[in-house]
Amino acid sequence: MRTLAGVEDEEKWLAEGIAGIQHNAFFMHRALDANNLREVLKYSALMLSELRTSKLSPQKYYDLYMRAFDQLRQLEIFFKDESRHGLPVVDLYELVQHAGNILPRMYLLCTVGSVYIKSKQAPSKDVLKDLVEMCRGVQHPIRGLFLRSYLAQVSRDKLPEIGSDYEGDANTVIDAVEFVLQNFTEMNKLWVRIQHQGPGTVREKQEKERNELRDLVGKNLHVLGQIEGVDLEMYKETVLPRVLEQVVNCKDKLAQYYLMECIIQVFPDEYHLQTLEALLAACTQLMPTVDTKIVLTQLMDRLSNYAASSPDVLHEFLQVEAFAKLSNAIGKVIDTQLEMPIVGAMTLFVSLLTFTLRVHPDRLDYVDQVLGACVVKLSSVPKLEDARAMKQVVALLSAPLEKYSDIVTALTLSNYPRVMDHLDDGTNKVMAMLIIQSIMKNDSCISTADKVEVLFELIKGLIKDLDGTNVEELDEEDFQEEQNSVARLIHMLDNEEPEEMLKIIYVVRKHLMTGGPQRLPFTVPPLVFSAVRLVRQLEAQGGDIAGEDVPATLRKIFQILNQTIEALSSVPCPELALRLYLQCAEAASDCDLEPVAYEFFTQAFILYEEEIADSKAQVTAIHLIVGTLQRINVFGVENRDTLTHKATGYSARLLKKPDQCRAVYACSHLFWVDDPEGIKDGERVLLCLRRALRIANAAQQMVNATRGSSGPVTLFVEILNKYLYFFEKGNPHITPSDIQSLIELINTEMLSDNGNTTIHSDPFFSSTLRYIRFQKQKGGLMGEKYDLIKL
Amino acid sequence: MVLVLALGDLHVPHRAADLPPKFKSMLVPGKIQHIICTGNLCIKEIHDYLKTICPDLHIVRGEFDEDARYPENKTLTIGQFKLGLCHGHQVIPWGDLDSLAMLQRQLGVDILVTGHTHQFTAYKHEGGVVINPGSATGAYSSINQDVNPSFVLMDIDGFRAVVYVYELIDGEVKVDKIEFKKPPTSNSAP
Repeated sequence: MRTLAGVEDEEKWLAEGIAGIQHNAFFMHRALDANNLREVLKYSALMLSELRTSKLSPQKYYDLYMRAFDQLRQLEIFFKDESRHGLPVVDLYELVQHAGNILPRMYLLCTVGSVYIKSKQAPSKDVLKDLVEMCRGVQHPIRGLFLRSYLAQVSRDKLPEIGSDYEGDANTVIDAVEFVLQNFTEMNKLWVRIQHQGPGTVREKQEKERNELRDLVGKNLHVLGQIEGVDLEMYKETVLPRVLEQVVNCKDKLAQYYLMECIIQVFPDEYHLQTLEALLAACTQLMPTVDTKIVLTQLMDRLSNYAASSPDVLHEFLQVEAFAKLSNAIGKVIDTQLEMPIVGAMTLFVSLLTFTLRVHPDRLDYVDQVLGACVVKLSSVPKLEDARAMKQVVALLSAPLEKYSDIVTALTLSNYPRVMDHLDDGTNKVMAMLIIQSIMKNDSCISTADKVEVLFELIKGLIKDLDGTNVEELDEEDFQEEQNSVARLIHMLDNEEPEEMLKIIYVVRKHLMTGGPQRLPFTVPPLVFSAVRLVRQLEAQGGDIAGEDVPATLRKIFQILNQTIEALSSVPCPELALRLYLQCAEAASDCDLEPVAYEFFTQAFILYEEEIADSKAQVTAIHLIVGTLQRINVFGVENRDTLTHKATGYSARLLKKPDQCRAVYACSHLFWVDDPEGIKDGERVLLCLRRALRIANAAQQMVNATRGSSGPVTLFVEILNKYLYFFEKGNPHITPSDIQSLIELINTEMLSDNGNTTIHSDPFFSSTLRYIRFQKQKGGLMGEKYDLIKL
Repeated sequence: MVLVLALGDLHVPHRAADLPPKFKSMLVPGKIQHIICTGNLCIKEIHDYLKTICPDLHIVRGEFDEDARYPENKTLTIGQFKLGLCHGHQVIPWGDLDSLAMLQRQLGVDILVTGHTHQFTAYKHEGGVVINPGSATGAYSSINQDVNPSFVLMDIDGFRAVVYVYELIDGEVKVDKIEFKKPPTSNSAP
């Protein structure tokens, strides 16, 4: 019995043991040299007695054992050579049984037994059977384990396998298998019992050391895997059942875990497939403390690799109903191991899903089944709070996304959204982002309204506030990233068929409108442009859509557009809304829908009047209005007049004079459109330019008054350029003398400043004059025209 | 040899999800010395992406740009060329080359790079060259009915500029090139 001893004591005992072995070995060797059998036996027995110690820990005992082992090799050589000791091996076999204590006796017997078998004077199977039975005499766990290990070692090359020297009669392989199985069973029992030795305080250390001896037991399984003649039949009928029986019955966590792993690694995958039911049954019967997840995962990994190795293998999987069996086994494990935390169950599902995606990727029903089982399990817990479990669920949901590059496949899995529902809001959004990223990465296109519906259900955490979330709490950058992702996603929803595309737009709109004022600025623009693109497509192709004629459909779309942009007033973001209204106005004009276009312009103007107060924003807004209006040709005279009047009016009322000036001369283009049918009202063009000139003068005077010097002549030069523009276009109201006067005006302004002209206008004026000279010497009609301008 | 990437009107995410994959694989970091961008990115993510391609990024404001601090126009010198950059929604009529020529005279640049119409053009006139790189994503435009994704790469070497235009047509990238020379002595147009 081991006392509570320190490491030092153990070292001392080991040293003593080794010394003992060496001491007796010395004399044994002398006896060997002298061929003195009696002395040999005496000293070898004494030597082996050192192995009778119970003071050593497993690791130390191993050390001692190896010393003895080395010596026994010498002994075997001696035994083999009858000429040296004079005894036939049969007699030798009998003689060594007279040794005093059982342990040395057994070691000697095994050694002689090895020689005996080699001599072929007795069938291998008989000797082996004899030995393996007699080893029962040593019941001490450590001593017995090592003794049997020795037996296994010396017998390895002497098994009656098929094709070996020791092949017996018809049942020869069974004999070999029987021997190994029996030794294995006994060794495992002994190994398990090691943990019950010694006081509890050293148990943890003991466990660790015990673990290190596991290969002694496992070796037997390797041997079973290597025996020639063990076919699937024998494995199925004899080997596996016996091994599993021991595994289950030993009820030892360490042994069960190790041996299951061993079985999976050692035996071929085809065998596993054919014995799947037995293997899985054993898995469900293991101790609850065994990490069955890892065992099952290992098994599934191996089977996945096997499936990938060759396409012919696949039908085997279907034939044995591998998926069903695995699925059931996992379900059983989860149900029976009630203390298993949710993260464990999720990990199992992830492994099963990985297996399914690798082996049966085309069987979406299997994939959905796994997800379904997951949903059931998740429903049984009140609320999922464990972060690690959450992570597993995300891994579970990500797997189909990665496997199927076409998101539409994942969208058909009915249980997918149900699993997502169990995530907390934060993780739900993470998952939604992953889905969007997958779509973007694979450049997928979702092309039917019902798939879009499913998709938006999945990502609803991004689309709107779920119960419990508060948009204010969100990090701003994260929020923007989310919403921009949703925005980009909208462009991946597309169908060439206008009918279906319109349905898609309706679905998207329905969802986006629930987003609230913080989301709309991000999500409305892509929706609007999606719809405007559809408008253009419809207008180009004509025909009917869903039994309705195109103009009616177009009007409907414009109505939706109007309402959608109007929703932005809740944010509010008038500048964006104005731009969108103008886009729609232009689209409506291209469709020849004058009232619709007018309505959009009205909305834009209202926003300008009532909502846009910032002067810089006003400048841009008015330019956009004028620029759009300039291009639109659908308006009749009255409507056009109203709108241009408003535009020019607002231009003249901008805050800063230079801005006024520029906006007003921009308005001149409203009265001259270069199309053959375009408006060409030369007089009103000139009125605008003159008005701009007056404003420029006023601006100049203001600068004079406030700073005491002349301002830059830029504005005048710009207006001059506009004069030239319309002069070239053939506006009869713009005469060469007008242009000359303007040039003189500029010269005067520059002179009066006496060297304080900014560098900016000087080159501009110079390059304009250069342009005039260039046009003069061009020749032809243009040259003639310009000739009239005197510089 | 100085490589200048000119692009704009991406309209991400308002009108497009991203640059075409074929373009993205061509725009490799470290190969380009300057980027000039006509605006309408529209979001910071695109700005950051462009910066990874080349840190020397010049950009002007488009009417849909999220960042209102971009300037209305910009001028810079590369090699012997003075370049001007402006989105173009400020110049009415939109896309009108004579009006753009006026802007060019005003900025006093040899090459004016401008956008807004989503239509590639390279136009030589008395005052210089006007280049419109089009829309890099092929985004919807009310001005141009048929938009193909396009961008421009300029190779500026002293007084010579070679303009390569890359257009994505029916899934294939087509390249065209135009050459401009600037007379060394005069300060007039190339």
